[in-house]
Amino acid sequence: MLETGVESQLISPLLEAKSLLCERDDRVLFEELSFAITAGDITQVEGPNGSGKTTLIRILCGLSSAYEGQLSWRGRPMSQCREQFCQQHIYFGHLTGIKAPLSAEENLRWMAQCRGSSLKGLALDNAVDQALAKVGLHGFEDAPVYTLSAGQKRRVALARLFLEPVALWVLDEPFTAIDRNGVAELESIIEQHAKQGGAVVLTTHHELSIDPSHLKVIRLGDAREGL
Amino acid sequence: MAVEPEMTYPSLRQGLWAIFKRDLVIAFRQRSDLVNSLFFFIMVITLFPLGVGPEPEILSRIGPGVLWIAALLSTLLSVDSLFRQDYEDGSLEILLLSPQPLFIIVLGKIMAHWCITAVPLILVSPLLGVMLFLDAETIGVLIVTLLLGTPVLSMISAIGAALTVGLRKGGVLIAVIALPLYVPVLIFGTSAVEAASMSLVFSGQLAYLAALAIFSITLAPFAIAAGLRISVSG
Amino acid sequence: MFETIKLYYHKFGTPKYFYDLTSKMLPWLIGFTVVLLVPGVILGLGFAPMDEEQGHSYRIMFIHVPAASVAMSAYVMMALAGAIGLIWKMKMAEIVAKCCAPIGASFALLCLLTGSIWGKPTWGTWWVWDARLTSMLVLFFLFMGVIALNNAFESAQSAAKATALLSIVGVVNLPIIKYSVEWWNTLHQTASIKVTEGASMPAEMLTPLLMCIFGFYFLFSVLVVVASRAEVLEREQRSKWVKQLVMVE
Repeated sequence: MLETGVESQLISPLLEAKSLLCERDDRVLFEELSFAITAGDITQVEGPNGSGKTTLIRILCGLSSAYEGQLSWRGRPMSQCREQFCQQHIYFGHLTGIKAPLSAEENLRWMAQCRGSSLKGLALDNAVDQALAKVGLHGFEDAPVYTLSAGQKRRVALARLFLEPVALWVLDEPFTAIDRNGVAELESIIEQHAKQGGAVVLTTHHELSIDPSHLKVIRLGDAREGL
Repeated sequence: MAVEPEMTYPSLRQGLWAIFKRDLVIAFRQRSDLVNSLFFFIMVITLFPLGVGPEPEILSRIGPGVLWIAALLSTLLSVDSLFRQDYEDGSLEILLLSPQPLFIIVLGKIMAHWCITAVPLILVSPLLGVMLFLDAETIGVLIVTLLLGTPVLSMISAIGAALTVGLRKGGVLIAVIALPLYVPVLIFGTSAVEAASMSLVFSGQLAYLAALAIFSITLAPFAIAAGLRISVSG
Repeated sequence: MFETIKLYYHKFGTPKYFYDLTSKMLPWLIGFTVVLLVPGVILGLGFAPMDEEQGHSYRIMFIHVPAASVAMSAYVMMALAGAIGLIWKMKMAEIVAKCCAPIGASFALLCLLTGSIWGKPTWGTWWVWDARLTSMLVLFFLFMGVIALNNAFESAQSAAKATALLSIVGVVNLPIIKYSVEWWNTLHQTASIKVTEGASMPAEMLTPLLMCIFGFYFLFSVLVVVASRAEVLEREQRSKWVKQLVMVE
């Protein structure tokens, strides 16, 4: 399903961070943080509250530029390939970006179009229907999102992950408001994505039941006082 | 073979159109917001005869200015919601991470906002012009000036909205930021209408307004995009 | 050549270097201000010849005109410093831009007040919608917008970026506003103060005026430097050199 040149990607990292430093309000959240994310990786960002997990996630997905150090995507500096990077990753944050007055289908459609999706017309409709079916929202396609429950809204947002194959998923607390079955499903989805050569970066307070040998961990939280 | 997935360049029109359509659909599903700023416009104008007296000479003298200032205030009032809802539900983050250039998306949003707020206002302005005793030709010129001037107003106030979207106290701050920048539009807009009401030449003012419109439509989206990045990334 | 500029630029961009450099510069700046302003004002208010039409009341020009000039330049400087801070992420430029705003606003206000006082004997009213006064009023509003935006942010970094962007937008609009206000003014034909201008101004008037203008510019630079130094100390209060500095004094 993923057409990202799966095996070949294992050699060079997708996303590479070199000596990242982030300060907030005179406090160093993290410094000298270096890591690489290669295809097939599931990387968990760990740390207590306030250790800068969300900040790191926002830096990695390109939402925040409040850092020093280098970030590169497929070996090229991030500033030179913003468009490629934006097309090949999906960010899933605390806020889902789902518009309440629109139906689930309409929501997914504008999101796909904003991503510059190559799908158009019927192909897009089909992709949207399939994505919604995958998150168990078959039959809810045309209901305005404000009539759905919190968990269902979350699922609509998650359906974004299935619209088109994308190399990197950046997920900030993806398990919030999802029921137990949903959590198991999502975990298997994440594992599957990694098996197919995708990469996942996520934060969660939830105990992951993913095989630890596949799981990389970035620990934050030994933050020191500023100079 | 390390093959990098091919970069398909998204067509700019697709992104612009997608966001334009999305915002229009949302606006029509929440019609009350749409009606509110229009009624604000009408009510402000109704207050003037009550405030300065109903004499036709006075009203037709101050009419162009009154209509323009009311238009300006109602733009200001409606613009706070331009990015705020997107900011609060997180869709602004999605827009910022789109591979499309942000100024295209911004342009789409403002076009939609202009259609929702300014077009109804322009449509009722002839009626209000009659109520302020403007003659037919003057009303015609008034509509042309509003057509040329309201996009400038939308662009300028969108800069303010973009800069304040991350702050809790948006509304009044946008006014303080944007109102001084409205001055040229107000001057050229009202003086064109006044010139028309005195049967003088007004093409110069219209040319200035058109120039301002082109200037702001081409440049302001970049400032707005930069403002949104500042507001979101902090 | 370029490398040396770059090196110097980075050096000057660091708060500590700025602080050390301005410690040496400040006495000179203050000296120039005093040397220019004191005789300039005394000559202007006391010894310059009386204006034929306006009598003594024109003498407020020696405050009014320099204040107007400095206020306008302050806005441009704020935008320039903001742009440098925004593009090259230079901390010092952000600090200078931030300090320009209230000082520039004060000069604009001074210009408005003196203009209004000047208006009373000339036209018999405290305020006339004269082109220059009106555009100065708009400039004052622009300053207030920048200050309000700066105060609204909690994080100093976002505040600096946002105000930089706003002041750049403002500086692009400034000529348009000024032109449109002048145009509006000729259309409505209100009275305007006519100071004997340019070549026709006698040297006894021109010399103190020029001294006052340059003096005001030096005064502005002194104020900006002092305010920036205070801001530097506050922002860098945790750094080693500030702690040492405080210990020594």
